Amino acid sequence: MSDINLQRRNFLKTAAGAAMVTVAPGMLLFDVAHGNPQSVGKVRWGMLIDTAACVPGCNDCVTACNKENGLSGGTSATDPQWIRKIEIKDISSGREVSLPMMCQHCEHPPCVDVCPTGASFKRMDGIVLVDKHLCIGCRYCMMACPYKARSFVHEPLSDQNPDVPRGKGTVESCTMCVHRIDQGGQPACAEACANKVILFGDLNDPDSEIAKKVRSVVSTQIRADLKLNPGVRYQGL
Amino acid sequence: MASYSIPQLRSHLFYVLMAAAGAIVLAAMFAVHSMEVQGHIITGMNNQIVWGMPHVFAIFLIIAASGVLNVSSIGSVFNKPAYKVRAPLAGLLSIAMLAGGLTVLMLDLGRPDRIIVAATNFNPTSVFAWNIVLYSGMFAAVTVYLWTLMEQRMYEWSKPAAFVVFIWRFVLTTGTGVIFSFLVARQAYGTAILPPLFIVISFAWGLAVFHVVQAAIYEWNGKLLDEYVQKRMRNLMGVFVIASLYFVATYHLTNLYFARQTEFESFILVEGGIYPQLFWIGYVLLGNVLPLLLIYLPALDRFKRIPVASLLIILGGFCLLYVFIIGGQAFPLDIFPGYSVSSSFADGEIGTYQPSLPEILLGLGGVGVAFLISAIGIRVLDFVPRELPKK
Repeated sequence: MSDINLQRRNFLKTAAGAAMVTVAPGMLLFDVAHGNPQSVGKVRWGMLIDTAACVPGCNDCVTACNKENGLSGGTSATDPQWIRKIEIKDISSGREVSLPMMCQHCEHPPCVDVCPTGASFKRMDGIVLVDKHLCIGCRYCMMACPYKARSFVHEPLSDQNPDVPRGKGTVESCTMCVHRIDQGGQPACAEACANKVILFGDLNDPDSEIAKKVRSVVSTQIRADLKLNPGVRYQGL
Repeated sequence: MASYSIPQLRSHLFYVLMAAAGAIVLAAMFAVHSMEVQGHIITGMNNQIVWGMPHVFAIFLIIAASGVLNVSSIGSVFNKPAYKVRAPLAGLLSIAMLAGGLTVLMLDLGRPDRIIVAATNFNPTSVFAWNIVLYSGMFAAVTVYLWTLMEQRMYEWSKPAAFVVFIWRFVLTTGTGVIFSFLVARQAYGTAILPPLFIVISFAWGLAVFHVVQAAIYEWNGKLLDEYVQKRMRNLMGVFVIASLYFVATYHLTNLYFARQTEFESFILVEGGIYPQLFWIGYVLLGNVLPLLLIYLPALDRFKRIPVASLLIILGGFCLLYVFIIGGQAFPLDIFPGYSVSSSFADGEIGTYQPSLPEILLGLGGVGVAFLISAIGIRVLDFVPRELPKK
């Protein structure tokens, strides 16, 4: 009787040990893959764009974005444009400003609210993305975006950048170069700008350059009246 | 030829009509295949006009599918015998148009092959996701309702079933209106008047479709529609048309009052080229004024005035939706209020849109599907209204 009990105890011990050995590395990898949720939640990636330094007619940020993300650079009505230069002119005063415009990575993104499948989503660090495997191509997010930030892939694609998967029949927009950020880099547009117009960083880190500058200069969010709290701010508007 | 009798001719005509509708559906399937292979580049849609002709057809069919059930509701919920005998036909038309509309909506997706994703991944904050539930639920509710009407033993359940359908279709049309109401930044949309507006236009368009089908069935079978029933249904349609015109007028008048909206209104109502033309001539004149004259002027009695008025109302409906959906997107987003704007992405410009053949075929395919379901249903099952004997 006691022999049988011992055998059972040993079996349970061995089984529990084997289970731990099997599961533990998986758990560890899961943690590595997902990062530490607490620290990620504290980060809010954002940009501060100094419109006074932005040169009208300069397209370096757009060219860099197209190259980084494998976009054709075409500007027909059906070509995707993740970032574009907008020239604006105050109707009453005549003051002219040039600025880059892209996904504003809202805290309360309407595209995420309206997406039927949850393909549009916001990461814990504030970056708004489209999951290309879930997007069914309904384009409701394009209707909902107040910034016209999103494009639909109207044609078959070739020669894609492996870091930036895209797909015909799905919607896409600026990813803030998430593949670079996750490796400690900067968005391609910010890096390419000779005048350092685009300042990228963690808005939630009080010691970061962007946070210090946002505290010290006047900056605005576009369509701030909509209360979407975009992560991209503009200086000199 | 002389040996053919009228019923035989009708039978042949039926198959000719089936073949014609089938051919349209086949053409639509070919269009969808081309869109799948080549992408939406072969449509007129682009990054500014993201919803085009397919949505005009789909939304018309879905709205009319909800509105046609008024006939059932008045019959089964409010106990009007003249409508009760027509309730099964209304139910069939509703299912047919819903199927047609959803087919178009689904096949216009960038990735129609992923429709299962829409069924398995549900974002509770998305009214689109809710509509998927509402549309499938509508099929179920109307099917059960038809069953209670057509199966004698279930007849006592027809009133509760009709009540469920009654509530469901209000929620469904509200959901369809809310798709546009929830668009915060677009001048044409983002207003709470849209759900009630959609409900009221659904009444008018649904009843118009019903009148056309009813007139065709009576003509086909050589029957005459009872004068009393005709008068009641005609007047009801008149009231619905006036009510929908009122809602559309209110929508534009409130917009005109807001300084920030006047530019949009002057685009849609005056300066926007095809859009004001379709609005004033297509919707207001042909889709409302003329039908109202046909409905209410007894002097016009010698025409087939009700089917003609109904066809005009349907035409007006398509015009209104074209102006609302495509014109609404053509007007640029006001990203920088107070500034004039230009860019390579057509910021600040009126969007261009030229509907292409494949997308029109897809839309017509939805109408073809609705026609096939209705025509086969009416021929195979007992959907022809039979007047109750007068007391």
